[in-house]
Amino acid sequence: MDKSNITAPKRIYAKEDVCIGCRLCEIHCIAAHSKYRHDLIKTFKKLSKRPLPRIVVEEDVPLSFGLQCRHCDDPECVKACITGAMQKDPKTGLVINDTERCIGCWTCILACPYGVIRRDYTNKKVASKCDFCLESGLEPACVKNCPNEALYIKNTIKYYDL
Amino acid sequence: MLLREGNIRIPSGCAISGIMNKKGLLFSGDDIVKSIALMHERSNGLGGGFAAYGIYPEYKDLYAFHVFYHHSGAKEDAETFLKKHFEIKLSGEIPTRKVPSIKDAPIIWRYFVLPREDKLMEWGLTEEEFVVRCVMRINSSIDGAFVVSSGKNMGVFKGVGYPEDIGEFYMLDTYKAYIWTAHGRFPTNTPGWWGGAHPFTLLDWSVVHNGEISSYDANRRWVEMFGYKCTLQTDTEVITYIFDLLIRRHGLPLDIVVTALAAPLWDEIERMDDERQELVKAIRAVYGSTLINGPFSIILACKNGILALNDRIKLRPMVAATKGDFVFVASEESAIRAVCPQPERVWAPMGGEPVIALLEGVEDIWP
Amino acid sequence: MAISLLTPEFIIERNDERCIRCQVCVRQCANLAHIYDEEEDRVLADDSKCVNCHRCVTLCPTRAITIRKNPLEFKENANWTASAIREIYKQAETGGILLTGMGNDKPYPVYWDRMLINASQVTNPSIDPLREPMELKTFLGRKPEMLKVENGKLKEKLPPQLELEVPIMFSAMSFGSISFNACQALAMAASELGIMYNTGEGGLHKDLRKYGKNTIVQVASGRFGVDPEYLNAGAAIEIKIGQGAKPGIGGHLPGEKVTAQISQTRMIPLGSDAISPAPHHDIYSIEDLRQLIFSLKEATDYQKPVAVKIAAVHNVAAICSGIARAGADIIVIDGFRGGTGAAPLRIRDNVGIPIEFALAAVDTRLRQEGIRSQVSLVCAGGIRNSADVIKAIALGADAVYIGQAALIAMGCHMCQKCYTGKCNWGIATQDPNLVKRLNPEIGARRLVNLIKAWAHEMKEMLGGMGINAIESLRGNRFMLRGIGLTSRELDILGIKAAGE
Repeated sequence: MDKSNITAPKRIYAKEDVCIGCRLCEIHCIAAHSKYRHDLIKTFKKLSKRPLPRIVVEEDVPLSFGLQCRHCDDPECVKACITGAMQKDPKTGLVINDTERCIGCWTCILACPYGVIRRDYTNKKVASKCDFCLESGLEPACVKNCPNEALYIKNTIKYYDL
Repeated sequence: MLLREGNIRIPSGCAISGIMNKKGLLFSGDDIVKSIALMHERSNGLGGGFAAYGIYPEYKDLYAFHVFYHHSGAKEDAETFLKKHFEIKLSGEIPTRKVPSIKDAPIIWRYFVLPREDKLMEWGLTEEEFVVRCVMRINSSIDGAFVVSSGKNMGVFKGVGYPEDIGEFYMLDTYKAYIWTAHGRFPTNTPGWWGGAHPFTLLDWSVVHNGEISSYDANRRWVEMFGYKCTLQTDTEVITYIFDLLIRRHGLPLDIVVTALAAPLWDEIERMDDERQELVKAIRAVYGSTLINGPFSIILACKNGILALNDRIKLRPMVAATKGDFVFVASEESAIRAVCPQPERVWAPMGGEPVIALLEGVEDIWP
Repeated sequence: MAISLLTPEFIIERNDERCIRCQVCVRQCANLAHIYDEEEDRVLADDSKCVNCHRCVTLCPTRAITIRKNPLEFKENANWTASAIREIYKQAETGGILLTGMGNDKPYPVYWDRMLINASQVTNPSIDPLREPMELKTFLGRKPEMLKVENGKLKEKLPPQLELEVPIMFSAMSFGSISFNACQALAMAASELGIMYNTGEGGLHKDLRKYGKNTIVQVASGRFGVDPEYLNAGAAIEIKIGQGAKPGIGGHLPGEKVTAQISQTRMIPLGSDAISPAPHHDIYSIEDLRQLIFSLKEATDYQKPVAVKIAAVHNVAAICSGIARAGADIIVIDGFRGGTGAAPLRIRDNVGIPIEFALAAVDTRLRQEGIRSQVSLVCAGGIRNSADVIKAIALGADAVYIGQAALIAMGCHMCQKCYTGKCNWGIATQDPNLVKRLNPEIGARRLVNLIKAWAHEMKEMLGGMGINAIESLRGNRFMLRGIGLTSRELDILGIKAAGE
């Protein structure tokens, strides 16, 4: 995995005024985290147990927006994690859950003020959250596939000087 | 049948040359013929011509009409018209020499005239405007008649042939002028109509031009709004009318006229100071249709002097030189050196940068 | 209720091997043509509701959907075509006037396509716009017959002019007929491009006043949103007399589209119908028009050019001559292919004349009268590409307006259902769920790209003709030749036939 292109802490922001509620972000997120990676048809046709979307469109029409981990500066989930699986990477600023170490105790879910960590029973019982599509080395699938540019990445260099 | 100028637009390449003495000293046509002859290869024998200023000092207050007639009926019709509108003080055939290569010459007649007072009153026009209207009337409605020039103390000598042969034909060595301009033509197709040769004139204005302007129809349709009739469909004709309109009728100074015809580029205008910028913007906004686009080099002459101008991106050659009181302009430097081997200064003017030479003591090119 | 005789116009085809039941189509179709059957876990279609706007097709992440014309045929009949029959069914079922949107779609000749552009060969050089300057700047507004210069200075200032970087503007489209986001995209793009957009008769939303330098504010027969602040908010004022899509007809924005924002911007009560009368009830003659022109000039201290827009009708040349003499600084002619948010179908398809003829006739007439140089001429109505623009300018226009092309750039798919208010592309709608679909930033970016692309193409064509400034093309009809035109048509257009 090539992480060399991630040089600054980034966060994904949502523009609720142009979110069209199509949920393509969710669909592409599912595919991006399936074993078929970005192949939507195989992901949805072949897998009976598909990954959970790590972004969820919150909707109260006409208002809608895609919500996922904020990668907080001072993350409650990291503090709450009893195994140290949930870590904030000091270099990238991303909050990542190490599913190998996660025991599925859900403490992080209770702690998260945004409700963006979800219970994942698909395989081993773990907490599921946005991983910024780090493993793919590509732009996060939700941002890349939002048809109306309602999701965007903004560098936040408040605490992490380049 | 080949259509002649006026029925069809005929593009042509050319050679031009001009010589002027700023003190008004008269000199014979030998030099201008020598200069234009050197550029023989720039013409193809389908047109040559000369304009000369200062040739009729004894009749300098009379309009000198040079007229081509293609048949005697045309002469009768035109003379009836002339007599009705002008007092003809003197008339006669323009003397010519036999030159083997010059064929099918029309009847070439010369009149020294003044507009009739009663007609001026009746038409309610200035003398100049009256002459312009009459010339246009003859050229557009009397079949076989064509007024070649109509200014005072000046005349145009042109025809089908190489310019040096035309000079010989008209015996230019016997005339003396303080401004001479010359033109050798390379039209791409023409039946060889004498009226189609250059220079083109109106009143005192004469224009020789090398190029094919791509803005022709925009220019033509604009000047036609002001009463001009472009009967020949040539660039020279429309350029002459633009000069006449802007200088004589709109009373614009020459530098403003040059700015309209070969306008500075917008990025250049943006760098000008505010006052100048406002002026140039206004010129481009109001006189956009007089911008002459595409390749051209022209020499405009009138009794006060000459203006030589290139298109704004210099798509046609033009060289200027000075020696003493003489100013030279030509398509090629060699054509200047042929008559002035050691000029004091020789330069190639930039695109849109005018070369203006006025008689001593004269403030502008008009009046 | 008796059965409708109307059969679906289109068929939605779904490739089940590709459909992943993500239901994006279901969520995106405002016409409810897609339905998810939970029990069967299948997405179904109600073809009768499909308007063929391609929203579902474009958004479907697996490209599972395509739309076809319904292959169902009537017995072949050259007179009673399928549309002729269907229109009768519709009227027999509703008793109403048939409505439609966008421009005339009938197969009348497109005269742009019967004119060819010149290029330089040998006798004069073509100019390479990549290496040489190529100028498109255009001024719109009244010009004096001649300039007066004294001591190298302008003696009298020019009347107010609009300075356009490209001789293309966005046509009048009101807030109401199109969404706020569409208006904003047009305003942003015009401001970035150095051109103008036009408010149409919808007033000017307060959030868009900052784009005033690039705004033409319209005054039409309903006078919606007109007050002194509005008149002074733009760079120019346009009096709309008529529109190419519906000459002689007014407008009607139904009350359900008059949202809080629209009611505020148009200055009318919330939910009330916004009716623009067919004529201006203070303009029953040319001298009345002159009064309005000068009233508007007075109201704006003679600082704004005033344009008058009319539909191209039979006597257009004489009318435009009258408009020029009535004091208009800019005349806009809208041809019979001009777009609209809603028009009676019969009017749209049968009233008016082609813009190419109207433009040529007006330019010729104004020149014959010696007043063409004083007034600017803008043509509109079905301009599709940069070649159309070049041809329009060569025929005599100073600039063109584009409306439909601009909408297409923003995502319009020409389904012609603007009047339903259910535009799936967020353009011709006031439904907040749908308006969001047009991201103004994306819309503006696409508009900017379009005009830049056209400008590049125009420069290439100009260079080919050996022209390096657009004003040398204006009215330069030698640069056009006709193909497949009768000699009468050539005469009216004032051009020669190819080969002449």
